[in-house]
Amino acid sequence: MVMTKTLIFKNNEVINKSEIPVLEFTEFERLITDTHFRVANLFINQEEYKNNMYAVIADDINAQLYIASTIVGNEYPSLTLKRPAVHMFEREIYENYGIRPVGHPFLKPVRVNEGYEFLKSDDLQSHEVAVGPVHAGIIEPGHFRFLCQGERVMHLEIQLGWQHRGVEKMLKNNPNIWLAESISGDTTIGHSSVFARGLEALSGMKVCKRAQTIRKIALEMERMAIHIGDIGAIAGDIAYLMAANVLGVTRTLVINTMLEISGSRFGKGLMRIGGVNFDIDDELKTKITNMLEEVDTRVTEMCDAMFSNATVLSRLENTGLVSTKKAEEIGMVGPAARASGVVVDCRLFGDYKNFVPVSAHNGDVWARAYQRFLEIKQSKAMILDMLEELNGKLETPEIKTDYAPNSMCLTFTEGWRGEICHVIITDKTGAIEQYKIKDPSFHNWFGLALAVRNNQISDFPVCNKSFDLSYCGFDL
Amino acid sequence: MTLLTMIIFPILKMILLLSLPFLFIGVINKVKAKFAGKQGASIFQPYFDFNRLMNKGEVISETSTAIFRVAPVINLACLIVAAMLVTVIHFEGDFILFSYLLALGKFVSVAAAMDTGSSFEGMGASREVSYTSLIEPAFFIIISSICAMNGVYSFASLAHLFWSNNDIMILIALATVFALFLIILIEGSRVPIDDPKTHLELTMIHEVMVLDNSGVDLAFIQYGAALKMMLFTTIITMTIAPLSFVGSVLVALAIAVLIGIIESLCARIRLTHIIEYTFTLIVAALIVMALVLLIMHGGHL
Repeated sequence: MVMTKTLIFKNNEVINKSEIPVLEFTEFERLITDTHFRVANLFINQEEYKNNMYAVIADDINAQLYIASTIVGNEYPSLTLKRPAVHMFEREIYENYGIRPVGHPFLKPVRVNEGYEFLKSDDLQSHEVAVGPVHAGIIEPGHFRFLCQGERVMHLEIQLGWQHRGVEKMLKNNPNIWLAESISGDTTIGHSSVFARGLEALSGMKVCKRAQTIRKIALEMERMAIHIGDIGAIAGDIAYLMAANVLGVTRTLVINTMLEISGSRFGKGLMRIGGVNFDIDDELKTKITNMLEEVDTRVTEMCDAMFSNATVLSRLENTGLVSTKKAEEIGMVGPAARASGVVVDCRLFGDYKNFVPVSAHNGDVWARAYQRFLEIKQSKAMILDMLEELNGKLETPEIKTDYAPNSMCLTFTEGWRGEICHVIITDKTGAIEQYKIKDPSFHNWFGLALAVRNNQISDFPVCNKSFDLSYCGFDL
Repeated sequence: MTLLTMIIFPILKMILLLSLPFLFIGVINKVKAKFAGKQGASIFQPYFDFNRLMNKGEVISETSTAIFRVAPVINLACLIVAAMLVTVIHFEGDFILFSYLLALGKFVSVAAAMDTGSSFEGMGASREVSYTSLIEPAFFIIISSICAMNGVYSFASLAHLFWSNNDIMILIALATVFALFLIILIEGSRVPIDDPKTHLELTMIHEVMVLDNSGVDLAFIQYGAALKMMLFTTIITMTIAPLSFVGSVLVALAIAVLIGIIESLCARIRLTHIIEYTFTLIVAALIVMALVLLIMHGGHL
């Protein structure tokens, strides 16, 4: 069993690079292709003309993480053929380092488009519809190329990269919390907390219990706010105005409470390396509790009406279906994967008591909407529990910048959109050598492309909204 | 009395019909806003928008031809003539002219959309034609059945349908009003057929056809769309309140409010289900025809 040759590690644990076993390529290949566990990351770390390829395998149910590496040259036999879930990783590696996975079925950089063709069809009956990168709504830029037969979508290719900012490089040179908050604006808490935890682990800083709890509360509040807004946006797309309006207003209650905690509705400025900048005192505690009850009543009432409305159900059910098998095969994460019945949730790796992921199972737009409703309920209960646990004094330790040399720290957290993973690698002197970010959108964009296949092109917007993915989180 | 009912009354009606379409839209939007717990824009907002568009310049695609330029004007002209047919002039066969004026208007709009060569607009044009093609047969079945019953082959025969003592006549009137109301929703691109508020090109039916239009052309198209809804509303008022002036305005207002309520409470149906939905229209038309046949053969309920 290849699994035994890997290193088992914990979330947010500092690993010495020399501890990571280096496997033969065939063994490394078997590690990825033979396991049914999720490939959580696959990346390259270059070291003196040597390409070290690392694979991270996650066993979500038993909360177990495995890592191993191998050395590859300028090309290697593609792993995608045997394990489709790694197709995006291989494309990204090809884009960043020019290392070619030989036999990859659709080898194209993930962000650069120039000089590459879209998938074409020889069928004379099919036609192409191109949407974007400039859209009618106020959203981020992305190009969608549909191959259609009449109104039916045969294939969708999504071309992103229009707002590549070089965040990974900026964070490597200047590990700054404000940069981390801006990786994807709607996941401010998610990305900034992962960033802070990563650096804290590497510099050996201890974060007090109270700050840890406040971080987790903020993370759940972010999840609630965005999920509420998302159900409203799905309703807006199918012209069910009542829910669009009511939920839009309800979301404001949550983000305004965030404003009271941190001075920003999206929680900017809350996180700091070593803890949090703002405490939750007893007055705020009551405010949050009252807000949660109010939000819960409103959301429950509205969602009960929405999910029992015949016109809504006829529109959402069986639209944009992703089966459990497909979702697992392509490595989907987050609520979108859970809505397809896959058990994947990074909170299983975290120190949450008795955490059991919820699932809406069906895998269609209805399920992704209902999944959000279930998670709002769950998050509310979690926040109430965590508020009870909130005791002790808030400490703000000195920020240390002397990181453990020759080390690697992988930090996972379940943002509202799914698994966020930051990898920080230090060199011999203890300086940051590589900063690698993986937003859940990295996997899920392809899930959206699969979801719209064989659907009506007019159902694309509601499918898209049900995934609600990040463009900038992908572009980095 | 004759002067009042024969000349002044119809002309006033025509003026009202041509000036009120935007108010109709304004009322719908106001009702929707109220349902959402919002203040909402003034009911005269569509007039301000019209004025704004009339004062704007136009951008015309290089790939388009003269068809694209003339289509909005021809469409509006067709609709204004059609407006005369339901108010001022009645003659034998006017409903046939009415229907084909609307068809001509639609034909040029669709041709203009195809003319731009955009993949969106072609999609919109094909949708518009598929979903509205069922209106014409239904409309003919209804009007010609009623005309056959009255022996008067014009819109004038719609009057007095509701206020008769015959139960079957009232049933006919109800089915007619229902069918005409559905036509308003389909032709006016309202929920649950289409979503007039959406910005999502891929889901639109009517709006996506006019993506390339701007300025005065767009103003004409928007006015035309509102006028078309008013035309069918007027036909409903002819059935329910043929003589009362205030009555017709109240009926029109009630229809606007009803549309607003439907839009607030209903989600839009899936595009593939719209065809099935429009078959309700055919069913209503066939019911009218069956009831008319019943009356013409001296039947009773």
